[in-house]
Amino acid sequence: MARSDVQLMLDVKAGDDSSFELLLRKYRTPLVNFLYRMVRDSATAEDLAQEVFLRVYRARKDYAPSAKFTTWMFRIATNLALNSRRDGRYRQLEVSLDQPVELEDGAPAFEVPDRQPGIEHELIARDRADRIRRAVESLPEKQRAAVLLHKYQEMDYDEIAGILQCSESALKSLLFRAYETLRVELASLVETRRAESQPKTQSRSGEMRS
Amino acid sequence: MNCEQLQETLIAYLDIKAKPSERRQVEVHLAECAACRGRAEQFQLLWGVLDELPAVLPSPAFDASVRARVAQEPHRASFWSGVRPSPRLAFAGTALVVLSLWLSSSVPPARQRVATAQPGSEAEFRMIKDLPVLEDYDVLADFDALSDLSAPPQAGSELEHP
Repeated sequence: MARSDVQLMLDVKAGDDSSFELLLRKYRTPLVNFLYRMVRDSATAEDLAQEVFLRVYRARKDYAPSAKFTTWMFRIATNLALNSRRDGRYRQLEVSLDQPVELEDGAPAFEVPDRQPGIEHELIARDRADRIRRAVESLPEKQRAAVLLHKYQEMDYDEIAGILQCSESALKSLLFRAYETLRVELASLVETRRAESQPKTQSRSGEMRS
Repeated sequence: MNCEQLQETLIAYLDIKAKPSERRQVEVHLAECAACRGRAEQFQLLWGVLDELPAVLPSPAFDASVRARVAQEPHRASFWSGVRPSPRLAFAGTALVVLSLWLSSSVPPARQRVATAQPGSEAEFRMIKDLPVLEDYDVLADFDALSDLSAPPQAGSELEHP
């Protein structure tokens, strides 16, 4: 039976470094994704994600399971992301607001390659992705964090509220405002999707719902 | 429920996480408000659009970098690392030192007390202390060590020179 995150962390506290390895493997991708979309730079996102894991490791001796492990870890990540933008260490990030970080061949750094065939389709998909990324990145910090945790990490409201340290009621209003902004910003993509899709509703994770 | 109140419940409704009472209120409002109905539908389409954002993978060197940084952390803390300086600890330590100094200055050492209370010889004091044993015949009769002695012990000298 798989151990819970809390149990893994308690095992790390007891001196079992292999449990830390399991936590690293489980959360490295979600953390890097979250931080990349928060700070808009892949190298910075990796630096910050490493810092999150380091802080988790350093805190092992004082760890007490008072909250969900992910709430604690993503709160560290959120604070690091917000601080890194405020302290101006990563000025190059401002450039990437309108010019996403790209490799020499034009592909965004470390992104999973699009497996759809056809160059034209790939270009269209990349253009849509750039527009979506810019729209998300232009949200105010707290709204952006809320959307990333809600939409991409699929966390519950109480957990997101715990990370952002606000009430659930405030969080729901925050999410509404964020999605309303995105709805306006991405109106053309929304309409394209309406035309492409069946008249079915979709879940947050993109699954079709009746 | 009006359009403004819908802002706080629409996301939970679309997530199918609204309470039953809230859900009914949202459905009543959506049935009579075309603008909110259209917005709800577009939110769902928007979530599908947001799924198009590709995932990002950590670089191949990520794990190694984390391990290297973790390896630099002290794994075994010394005993004193667990003792954190605090005002309470400092006060307790100071109080302990003061108490020790006060006790050592106000109470005379045990040898001095004995010398003051028993001005006689030390041998006399020991003999008085051991009298209950020496007078107990049963104890002495059963004391095997006495029978092993080759010569009669010189009790007097032994008491004086243990």
